[in-house]
Amino acid sequence: MRIIITLLILFNLSFVQSVAQAEKFSINPNKIFKNLRCLICQGQSVGDSNSEFAQTIKLVVKDQIKEGKSEKEIYEFLIEKYGEWIVYKPLFNKVNFLLWLFPYLVFVAGGTIIILFLKKSNNH
Amino acid sequence: MLSNFGNTLLFLNLLLGVLIIYFSVGEFQNSKITISKKIYQLCLFQITFVIISFLTLITAFIISDFSIITVYQNSHSLKPLLYKISGTWGNHEGSLLLWVIILTIFSFFFLIYSKNHQKNYRIISLIIQNILILGFLFFLIFNSNPFSIIAPTPKEGLGLNPILQDPALAIHPPLLYIGFVGSSIYFSAAMSSLITNYSGKLFAQSIKNWVLISWSFQTLGILAGSIWAYYELGWGGFWFWDPVENASLLPWFAMSALLHSIMVLEKRNQLYFWVIILCLLTFILSVTGTFLVRSGILNSVHTFANDPSRGLYILIFLSLMIFASVFLFFNKFKNSNYGFYSNSRETFILINNWFMIFYLITILLGTIYPIFTEVLTDYKVSVGPPFYNTVIIPIVVLFLFFMSIGPRIKWIKNKSYNLNLLFKILLASILINFLITYFFNSYSFLSNFIIISALFLIISSLLDLNKSFKKKEINSSRVTSHLAFGFLILFIGLNHNFSLEEDFNLKLGEKKKFDNYSIEFTDLKLKDFENYKAVIGKFQINNLKKNLNQFLYPEIRIYDNPKTITYEASIRSSFLKDYYITMSNVDRSDYYNIKFQKKPFMMWIWISAIFISLGGFLRLFHNAKKNY
Amino acid sequence: MQKKIIRTSIILTIIFIIGVFFIGLSKDKTYDTKDLIGQKITKVQIKHFFENRKISEKDFKKNGFTLINFWASWCAPCRDEHPYLLKLSNEKNLKIIGVNFKDKKSRAKNFLDELGNPYAEVASDKLGKHSVTFGIYGIPESLLIDKDLIVVKKFIGPILRNDYSLIKNIIEKK
Repeated sequence: MRIIITLLILFNLSFVQSVAQAEKFSINPNKIFKNLRCLICQGQSVGDSNSEFAQTIKLVVKDQIKEGKSEKEIYEFLIEKYGEWIVYKPLFNKVNFLLWLFPYLVFVAGGTIIILFLKKSNNH
Repeated sequence: MLSNFGNTLLFLNLLLGVLIIYFSVGEFQNSKITISKKIYQLCLFQITFVIISFLTLITAFIISDFSIITVYQNSHSLKPLLYKISGTWGNHEGSLLLWVIILTIFSFFFLIYSKNHQKNYRIISLIIQNILILGFLFFLIFNSNPFSIIAPTPKEGLGLNPILQDPALAIHPPLLYIGFVGSSIYFSAAMSSLITNYSGKLFAQSIKNWVLISWSFQTLGILAGSIWAYYELGWGGFWFWDPVENASLLPWFAMSALLHSIMVLEKRNQLYFWVIILCLLTFILSVTGTFLVRSGILNSVHTFANDPSRGLYILIFLSLMIFASVFLFFNKFKNSNYGFYSNSRETFILINNWFMIFYLITILLGTIYPIFTEVLTDYKVSVGPPFYNTVIIPIVVLFLFFMSIGPRIKWIKNKSYNLNLLFKILLASILINFLITYFFNSYSFLSNFIIISALFLIISSLLDLNKSFKKKEINSSRVTSHLAFGFLILFIGLNHNFSLEEDFNLKLGEKKKFDNYSIEFTDLKLKDFENYKAVIGKFQINNLKKNLNQFLYPEIRIYDNPKTITYEASIRSSFLKDYYITMSNVDRSDYYNIKFQKKPFMMWIWISAIFISLGGFLRLFHNAKKNY
Repeated sequence: MQKKIIRTSIILTIIFIIGVFFIGLSKDKTYDTKDLIGQKITKVQIKHFFENRKISEKDFKKNGFTLINFWASWCAPCRDEHPYLLKLSNEKNLKIIGVNFKDKKSRAKNFLDELGNPYAEVASDKLGKHSVTFGIYGIPESLLIDKDLIVVKKFIGPILRNDYSLIKNIIEKK
């Protein structure tokens, strides 16, 4: 019992600390840059590139952060202009829902198959 | 001259392939229990010729014989010898020849080392492997011939892309190919096993070492590619979830699943059909990866020169392979009785496979999803690192816990759980994680779980290691790989959380301060080298806290053949961290864009990956010693 | 029976995947911003190149069609398209607005002096930020918009003979 309590305390401590840390940063532009594709480069993100295009996008994103736009609004703005191709994290919409759901479906199905399999073999 | 010689050898190989199949079919009438000498001899010729043809191509590269198109397009007489040689497989045609070689080598050695297995099983494996060889040989000769000539002979070659002129990339393709082309042999063996009903333990024994070889090399190959990406692409990352990287990872997951479940087949004579599926799947995924990479169907960092006819050929070949496997499999599949206890090593191996398949499907889906959206809806989407990180990382936590517990569970039926011990390990992991966040810096919610679970695996593997030392067991291969995997995840986690990245513009003489660092742009030099010019910057990195000075020298290189500009990172590696600087010019100004990164534990990430593959090699030596 | 269903569905899935790969092979993979067509241009505020005022979307409303052309003196293909822009500048139903992109003012002026000025108005996008509003990712690029500010056509790369006739066709039809 003592162990469980210590465990919980320690866990809470590290958790609380991490939350406090997360609140310190508002929006990290570098994170946004990494999530944007540099359209004129070969598979590079805007953050990793120093091309003309990447420089422009970096300026615009920084401006929009200053204007107080949220991360989501910035992505939406860029998608409106350049299409979904520009974001590395596909939106959850009617085209991409399979991409997001299928892996979990596989995960659940796999677990179920194993359980069924074990049940069946235990009967023998 | 060399071209004719090389071509002749390739055609001879084609003929040999046909002959081997012809005589192998003839073997069925032969009532002897051994395979006749004739076939051994033919196979010996086959492997000799294919190696000579490869040496011929290497020679053409070394002496810069520009009458051969491949050499003309990918080499230059002024290139250093190492890169002339590595240029041989640094292009589509040459690397395809490497495919054929590895197919042949594995075919030959499988024939030799499977002597104590059933004759029909060996013969049919040989036939199927030779069908694969013929398929790729046809493709090589008639579509992507490395010995095609160009007239009139150009005076000078176009040169190898400078970012490919690198030692890690020189060894990357051979390692990787031994891995995923090597998986062809258990594809053939699995097909043969289905046809001849040579199943169960014996089948497992006949392929387990081949699985180990391919898995160990695949691991090293992925590592070499990753190291190359780290210091050559100049972005400071080592894994980008790029389609080409994913293509090398897909067969790796299938192999890892196979590596585990084959033990169940060998020890308990169960899961036969599942093992067969994994055998077939591994090589099918290897060919799929090649299709995705070489056909130009995907956008990627690493581009092979694309040509739709190549894609079409590989796609047709791939479809034939898949349909043949599926039809054969369903013809032979029967429901068998299983005797599994839920609390047994077998179950945990199934759990391993469950996760492997989950990772595999996720990565496969992410890689090919853009093709589907584009073909079906005309939408262009990018599936990049944020997708994989979001879907995969939380599941890794669970996986690491299972990975720690699995090896402690006994085969057949486990009697007792040592819950108390597990609890203590968990407590220790949480404590260490807490110390890390306390003394260094805290990180995100999810990172806590990742690090705790990695520590859990490490501690539990260390205890295992200690136990096996006490018992004087020599076979510590499994512990080595598991321990190294724990460290890999731990160091990746720490690296991810404690990396520092700053991106800014500086003029010569200027200084930039941030956190505990100041960076001064002290000098800029122009230097002429044999095959490129370089603008070399000198940067003084000052760690203000420790008052430590270091100089880094990133370069902008201008290559002549072919005309390319590359940005060379300057990296100062130490045991605890790497400093990493790249510099690039800002157009139409005196400023340079500087990217500074502090990356902790980079070296340990590489070392961990080496140890993962070392585990595979250890098991291989252990198996070899046991058999002879 | 169950086995048959599983087998059929697996085979159908594989055929579907291979079919998609097959079509994918022959698809053109080059990226463009065709999604921008049909969108309405709003919230434009770019500094005027010569005068001390801002160019806004109101400036586009006045004419039947507006061609917004992004150019710079350092951009070589911009020189190739320049003669066609000059020809287009004579069209009645069309006004060309040039947006000077990440350029030095003196050089841009020289460029226009040397080759002629096809633009009804010239705007200056010194840092390139405004280019994003128009979905520009490399110059030269041009957008043809109608008087409702709807993007009719987007041209990536220089406007050459074919594009020239295309633009003429569009503006004469209405």
